[in-house]
Amino acid sequence: MNVRTFRIGGIHPEENKLTHEVETKVAALPKQAIFPLSQHIGAPAKPVVAKGDKVKVGTMIAEAGGFVSAPIFSSVSGTVFKIDTAIDATGYRKPVIIINVEGDEWEESIDRSDKLETVEAHPELTPEEIVNRIKDAGVVGMGGACFPTFIKLTPPPTAKAECVIINAVECEPYITADYRLMMEHADEILIGLELLMKGAKVTTGYIGIETNKPKAIELLAQKCAEKFNGSAYQVEVVPLKQRYPQGGEKQLVDAVIRRQVPAPPAIPVNVGAIVQNVGTAFAVYEAVMKHKPLFERYTTVTGKRLANPGNFLVRMGTPMKDLIEACGGMPEGDNKLLAGGPMMGKALTSVEVPICKGTNSVTIISGDEAVRKEPQPCIRCAKCVSVCPMGLEPYLLAKLAAVQNWERSEHEDVVSCIECGSCQFTCPAHRPLLDNIRMGKSTVMGIIRSRAAKK
Amino acid sequence: MNFILIAVAVLGGIGLIAAIVLYVCSKKFAVYEDPRIAQVTELLPGANCGGCGFAGCGGLADALVKGADAGSLDGLKCPVGGQEVMGKVADLLGMAIANGEPMVAVVRCNGTCDLRPKIAEYSGLRSCAAMNACGAGETACGFGCLGCGDCVAACQFDAIHMNPETGLPEVDEEKCTSCGACVKACPRHIIELRKKGVKGRRVFVSCVNKDKGPVAMKACKAACIGCGKCEKECKFGAITIEGNVSYIDFNKCRLCRKCVEACPTKAIHAVNFPAPKPKPVDSAPNTPSTPNDSSNPKVEKEEQA
Amino acid sequence: MYGVIIALLPALLVSFYFFGIGSAIVCATSVAACVLFEWAINKFMLKNERTTICDGSAVLTGLLLGFNLPSNLPIWIIIIGALFAIGVGKMTFGGLGNNLFNPALVGRAALLVAFPAQMTTWPKVGQLTSYLDAETGATPLAIMKEAIKSGDASVLDKLPDSMSLFLGNHPDGAGAMGEICALALLLGLAYMLWKKIITWHIPVSIICTVFVFAGLMHLANPIYADPVSVILSGGLMLGAIFMATDYVTSPMTPKGQLIYGVAIGFLTVVIRNWGAYPEGMSFAILIMNAFTPLINTYVKPKRFGEVPAKK
Repeated sequence: MNVRTFRIGGIHPEENKLTHEVETKVAALPKQAIFPLSQHIGAPAKPVVAKGDKVKVGTMIAEAGGFVSAPIFSSVSGTVFKIDTAIDATGYRKPVIIINVEGDEWEESIDRSDKLETVEAHPELTPEEIVNRIKDAGVVGMGGACFPTFIKLTPPPTAKAECVIINAVECEPYITADYRLMMEHADEILIGLELLMKGAKVTTGYIGIETNKPKAIELLAQKCAEKFNGSAYQVEVVPLKQRYPQGGEKQLVDAVIRRQVPAPPAIPVNVGAIVQNVGTAFAVYEAVMKHKPLFERYTTVTGKRLANPGNFLVRMGTPMKDLIEACGGMPEGDNKLLAGGPMMGKALTSVEVPICKGTNSVTIISGDEAVRKEPQPCIRCAKCVSVCPMGLEPYLLAKLAAVQNWERSEHEDVVSCIECGSCQFTCPAHRPLLDNIRMGKSTVMGIIRSRAAKK
Repeated sequence: MNFILIAVAVLGGIGLIAAIVLYVCSKKFAVYEDPRIAQVTELLPGANCGGCGFAGCGGLADALVKGADAGSLDGLKCPVGGQEVMGKVADLLGMAIANGEPMVAVVRCNGTCDLRPKIAEYSGLRSCAAMNACGAGETACGFGCLGCGDCVAACQFDAIHMNPETGLPEVDEEKCTSCGACVKACPRHIIELRKKGVKGRRVFVSCVNKDKGPVAMKACKAACIGCGKCEKECKFGAITIEGNVSYIDFNKCRLCRKCVEACPTKAIHAVNFPAPKPKPVDSAPNTPSTPNDSSNPKVEKEEQA
Repeated sequence: MYGVIIALLPALLVSFYFFGIGSAIVCATSVAACVLFEWAINKFMLKNERTTICDGSAVLTGLLLGFNLPSNLPIWIIIIGALFAIGVGKMTFGGLGNNLFNPALVGRAALLVAFPAQMTTWPKVGQLTSYLDAETGATPLAIMKEAIKSGDASVLDKLPDSMSLFLGNHPDGAGAMGEICALALLLGLAYMLWKKIITWHIPVSIICTVFVFAGLMHLANPIYADPVSVILSGGLMLGAIFMATDYVTSPMTPKGQLIYGVAIGFLTVVIRNWGAYPEGMSFAILIMNAFTPLINTYVKPKRFGEVPAKK
């Protein structure tokens, strides 16, 4: 199998996959579960419960707040304590539903058995039915972006889907949740892929995995051959060169089917690809086959100074504090708490932040690594230009954002930036390139939106 | 003699050709400019200071003429020329301008380093916009001043500076031209343009925290908790409570300062009032007031502590 | 920055070997003066609390400036050169990262213009204990210039053979300290490529362009020297490997760097063959430094998504 990769830029940070071979544990139930109403891209969900209501595991507690939105389901059984504000992964206080946990009673409609349900055994599953079940279960992208999955499966009329690509790359250092999911639930993931292909009405599927996960490649390739050889579907496991940001959806599409998605507002389906995270594929299986809405996920809790880093199957709404305690508590000294990995994760100021639909990891960076170094002047070494996976010029975009030259920023394609952080990682002068580019990008996107609104 | 004649003829010829070429170019490539622009430029001070936000007085004149054609001169103002010059310009263009009362930028946050403890350390690009995008900041208040000085950088008149002890910006009333640059620069909309007031006296709520009372108090001791006492006290209907925070409408406020006394967290500030005469009964040691120079909330806090 | 200094060590050692105490004095003075001026300007004129002398850039400028100079140059001239290099070439533009021209070359050009006599008499190799009183001789480039001016190709017979040019050990050879031995400079290039400090684009494009263009000229008229001698003589190797590849003054994209390198090569040959000075490299680099911002504006990296989708 020859190893493919994306064509422009890329870096090679240290892997630090400390929890690669740590088997997933089921996390303990929290005493109080906190559910932010905005765990997805789009309108926040609207609460459908009130203080004092009793809920079970799987009860809907908030309905979708619009078309681009998703419902939220309780991951615990107990009583609704209050509807209030609490700090979530954005760093700000946002509206949340807080539930006091009592017992662990599940909704009867959820199938809790281990039986593997196949698509052949369920002829009633038409593409529309599959998409509806995904929508009703509140499944969103589990790679971190949290885009409602049912919308991705129904592309706009201008774009035609040709294939589904499963993103099992997990290129970010430290995170191993997707890898453990593949090793422990490969069959379910493949059925999830089949459901996605059927829902999107395509017959070609790919599973992209980085070469640092040889066991997963072997396992999935073998199971793929067993399952899909001779069937209506063509599914290929594609080993990908270990490089960051291989898991970025545009880079993944470029590597797997050699097509480059044009600049925004184009999306991968404009070149025929629907990209879904492997965790989403698993959630799709559970939603469609087991009638289980999205309320728990695999999360890695890791860090060089954590006593026992591990992978957890955790109910959403569990405060990060509980997981950190289960791993031995916060290390001594300076610590940076990240929701996500060290490249694209967000630094938090509170350990009470709950695990949400997109929290694939809790990373704790300690000591000297936690503090940024003093920035030096830019020496125009052009290393940032050579690593940018989108072919941009980070030194220039950062400078333009710092002097607030929005017109030229737009001209230099700042909106194409995927905020991967390769530039800031590489810069030998420790300059805050991505921080400046982010400000430029959000301002320019605002300008573009208001220009479109005026028309 | 010959060479003199030749030299004169040649140079004269060159001069004539150059003149013709220049004349033709000036006619063929002429750019039509509205004559009103030149007239307005005459009225403007001609300092080309950039205070209006345009590159020079010509730029402002251009925008004023365009604005007059579009129907409104809103947002266009020469801070150096002031009301007088703007009045003349408006007459020339046949427009009316709002009779502007002098305004000043007001920083509506009193979360000093003492009153609003830090709960985290930010290590990154030291800009308010960047810190705001990262999260609530280094304190537990997600609405308060971040202290990185985007407002200071935006001011072209050297009228706002960070106080290193309080960590908050302070506005120099004399220099502030109410151009609004700091208002736009603040990502949390803490700075507001308010009426300067008679003798520079004004009353405002120095907090924009929309969290519920107990949460706000936990983050900052000088927070507005939205209790509503000020609203009840105000006889002029100038105070409204919305989103757990109080707001004083500067057009209705009569500077009676009853709200200042009523506020339990001392979140309402009165600026440039004379010091009270010592009262016979020790009933209200917490009447805030400052001497007649620039507002200094820190001084008030210390008086009441 | 220190990686480049390490890459210069072979050339430095070779220059001590060939030029002895003279080269030691010149290099030491140049480095010391550059560091001193950077520190002084930072502290007293710019009133910065922290100075940038620890990042190695002043030391590097000093070394490169020294390598461009004859090893019998008086100390006071070297100091003036350092003042120009750091003061005018670097600090007036805004310090590290903001200069438009290569500081060492600014210093060299200023000295060439102000002290043409001292800057164009080059000591011969092998005089290890002489400094100011070293015996001088004709450099390979001077020989080439004489051939062109006199129109007599037989003058070129006086040129050292290619191996001596490569190793620098011709008994009558003369030249600037850092330029004498191409082998040492190539070792430095290998080191920098290995450590990924620079990429191949600029050195290769310069050397290839000079080779091809000089080769064409040589074929057209034998008064022009053969291309192998051309690329091994004078400041070509030093310029192509260390001066033109300076991060701050070279373009940011590989395509831009190739354009830059080709233009430098072309200009070098033009100035060497038809210009007044025997050496064209430093001026060619300075001219192209001025074009770098233009190249950066118009030569953009390939944007993701520009590849037409294969249907």
